[in-house]
Amino acid sequence: MCRLALKTADIPFSPYEVLTGMEAMQEGYDGSGLGLLLRGVSFADFNYKKEEHLILSGIAHSEAAFQRLHKHMEERGFEQEYDHQFKVNSALIEAKDRYQYIVRVYKKPQGLSVAELEDRLMQARLFLRKDGEQHGGDLTVFSFWSDVIMIKEVGWPLEIGDALGLNDDRIKARVVMAQGRQNTNYGINLYACHPFFIQGIATMTNGENTAFVPIKEWLEGKRIPGYMGYQSDSEVFAHILHYVTKKLNLPLACYKHVITPLKTEELNKHPQGEFLKGLRTACRRLIIDGPNAVIGTLPDESCLLVMDQKKMRPATVGGRPGAWAIASEMCGVEALIPDRDPSLDFQPMREHTVIIPPDRKELLIWSQFDPFTLSQAA
Amino acid sequence: MVSVRSVYTQPSSLTFSDLPWIIQHREDRCTLCGQCTAVCPKQAIYLTYRRQRMPKLDILQKKRGNEYRHFVGIRQHTAIDKMCIGCGMCSSVCPNEAIGPVPNSNEHRSRFHMDEKGDAWKRGGRRNVPGKTILDRIAFDRISMLTDPALDAGRHEFSLNTILGRVLPPEEFLRRQLAGEWIPPTREIFPFVIGSMSFGALSPNMWLGLLQGVAYCNEVLGIPVVMATGEGGCPPWVLRSPFLKYIILQIASGYFGWDEIIRAIPEMQCDPAAIEIKYGQGAKPGDGGLLMWFKVSKLIARLRGVPEGVDLPSPPVHQTLYSIEESVMKMIQTMSMAFGFRVPVYPKISGSTSAKSVLNNLVRNPYAGALLIDGIDGGTGAAYNVSMDATGHPIASNLRECYLELVAQGRQNEIPLFAAGGVGKNGNVTQNGMALIMLGASGVHVGKYIMQACAGCLGNEMGRCNVCNTGICPKGITSQNPKLYRRLDPDDVAQRVADVFSSIRIEMKKIMAPLGRSQSLPIGMSDALGIDDADAAERLGIKYIC
Ligand code: SF4
Ligand code: SF4
Repeated sequence: MCRLALKTADIPFSPYEVLTGMEAMQEGYDGSGLGLLLRGVSFADFNYKKEEHLILSGIAHSEAAFQRLHKHMEERGFEQEYDHQFKVNSALIEAKDRYQYIVRVYKKPQGLSVAELEDRLMQARLFLRKDGEQHGGDLTVFSFWSDVIMIKEVGWPLEIGDALGLNDDRIKARVVMAQGRQNTNYGINLYACHPFFIQGIATMTNGENTAFVPIKEWLEGKRIPGYMGYQSDSEVFAHILHYVTKKLNLPLACYKHVITPLKTEELNKHPQGEFLKGLRTACRRLIIDGPNAVIGTLPDESCLLVMDQKKMRPATVGGRPGAWAIASEMCGVEALIPDRDPSLDFQPMREHTVIIPPDRKELLIWSQFDPFTLSQAA
Repeated sequence: MVSVRSVYTQPSSLTFSDLPWIIQHREDRCTLCGQCTAVCPKQAIYLTYRRQRMPKLDILQKKRGNEYRHFVGIRQHTAIDKMCIGCGMCSSVCPNEAIGPVPNSNEHRSRFHMDEKGDAWKRGGRRNVPGKTILDRIAFDRISMLTDPALDAGRHEFSLNTILGRVLPPEEFLRRQLAGEWIPPTREIFPFVIGSMSFGALSPNMWLGLLQGVAYCNEVLGIPVVMATGEGGCPPWVLRSPFLKYIILQIASGYFGWDEIIRAIPEMQCDPAAIEIKYGQGAKPGDGGLLMWFKVSKLIARLRGVPEGVDLPSPPVHQTLYSIEESVMKMIQTMSMAFGFRVPVYPKISGSTSAKSVLNNLVRNPYAGALLIDGIDGGTGAAYNVSMDATGHPIASNLRECYLELVAQGRQNEIPLFAAGGVGKNGNVTQNGMALIMLGASGVHVGKYIMQACAGCLGNEMGRCNVCNTGICPKGITSQNPKLYRRLDPDDVAQRVADVFSSIRIEMKKIMAPLGRSQSLPIGMSDALGIDDADAAERLGIKYIC
């Protein structure tokens, strides 16, 4: 079982805080990997603006890869504005082939529609990823998007934080997702570390998706660019969220109805039951299985948490207006936001979707049994 | 001494050791009650007087001699038409365990003479190839051991149902929903379907028992089982009853029974579960249905709209002007229209290397609700032995191929594939069915297993019984003779149907729980399968385990 922690706050904070918070839940991961995703980013050495800049995150494992990356980005017309240099203490990093950790800021190209830009960013990311794979895996690219930094590394979370000097406050963020990995059925691979990212949407999961193969086969069959990889059985959660919200244009509440639909008897009583039954049938191959707590974040900085249909995984959300945390265990929430009222902590049940809206004023707890506004189809 | 030349022999003269089943009769136990000879469906045994020599030795007179005793004993006919079929009815009625058939492990001379009068061997039943099938050898080996709190088959909730009917891609579903356009009908059903067995092939008691059992499963046990009729229509009272919703009506190339169905449409209380258009059958590909004259009783004649006591062979294919594709398309559309586009319509074909082409055709037909592929191990009420034993394609690789074809096109959720043909052949019905589901089937159709488990059919793959075609079914399952079918109590059949489906439900959970699956039927979960044969593993795209 892995451990997950997410913190979202109005005032940017250091990702190191979340890593320390994860220490509280240490028995739940085995040092096989850490994944970090930052949103609402600010740099001490650069005046970052979401509207103007893009960030590329990854790792170059050799100088040649680093040079290629540079060349490809230039050829694709992306103009570099800032290159964040981590103060790396490589003694603390297990892997010995890390030439350069990449967090680079580029100028956002002008004159493109939102969809065009999003596609271009994804194409560039996929191109770089493929280029790395063609060169013996010497280049790993996690995300290329505005306002998102991703770091993934093998090892113990706090040690990786120390190794990259994340406690120096040079990078801060308003939303940080972190996963300490417990290696399960797939080999240690940087791409297999959560969170998973596609076009601004990110999820991380605690658990095992036993319906992985049929879901993966269906997503691949859609031939949607970016629906690939699948080094981890949890990667499909991110892609389903992307599919539901961006391809089907359904409200966020429908995510839960797609991955863990209600039973027929329950839908027979639901005000939108007829529609939801049809949706369940049409999206049948996206029903997840196994014990899972899925934590996601969206480009507008809203955060969400949904449980598997049997609530076989724990997860708690707690906080106060302005700062909220979601973690696998209560002690994780306690470590991240000590100055809250713990009696208001909430542990979602099987039917719940917990949403922390971008204004961070209060939690939205939405039950699957409740109707939702479905402008489009209802 | 009798001269050998005077022994009369014909080419087809056989002795008891030439037959597949040899009757063993224990004189010392027999009371000559005659029950065995009365019950024997083949009149294979008869009472006869025999003479026995009793050696006599007179010691005082130092003389040897003979005395003779006469006795009544039971003997076995050796003529082909009276050959014992090993059904075992004689032993089941014998009060003293004095008689019973024993399989002859020697060659079967009789096999060379089954074509008397110039007609090749016809029979009912199944492919006579015993032994483990490929499906029997598949193990579910992806057990969640690392991170899960395990599922509890006894306490957790499981979604076991499947969908029958055309499913739209999500984008198209939403578009039509928004535009208020037609959305193809679907049914949520239990993935084990009682496969097509016609009213005609089955006796009225068997049919009634099955229907009663199915209704009980649906209405009391909450297991949405459906059953298919096979060719030959459906009793008029069923057509007008609320039970019709549990029934898949089959239309086949003889169109038998459809006058009655069409007439009933305006009076139907509910829609049928689906319409199955039979293009082929696993047991006898390229052959139409066959109801032999023995079974065309008054009731059957009325239902099918034919005279009594005539053979009813359906043509091998549907009458069509141009091509099968065209007729598939037209029939699916016509049938959809007849039921107001509210009932899924799908074709049934025999397992074949051409199944993939049929499938690709259906993918492009927006009204096609599913595809049922029936493999070589499927059963039948009547067919030529050569069709049953040697014609067709085993279901496992055929189904897998078709599923992977859909996966390659990204349409595996749109046309549900149903598989049939040998599911439960050796009694492992749930294991076989779940293996097919994980290979990509949305569900399976089961026929012979249901007859064996719910009605006590005696047939097996070693040629036992398998006389379903001639109307002499000793259990009353496939006979239209009231003397025979009254042996079968519909209530008992219904009880067994309920038992069988309840236990399939339990076994499904016992298979799914260790795999960590409970939210949806694990269709296409091929990562959970392994087989102890490297070639089969490669062909099916699953793991080789040993
Ligand atoms: S086994 Fe069946 S066919 Fe053979 S003698 Fe007995 S009753 Fe007759
Ligand atoms: S018992 Fe009846 S149904 Fe079964 S094989 Fe014999 S004749 Fe056929």
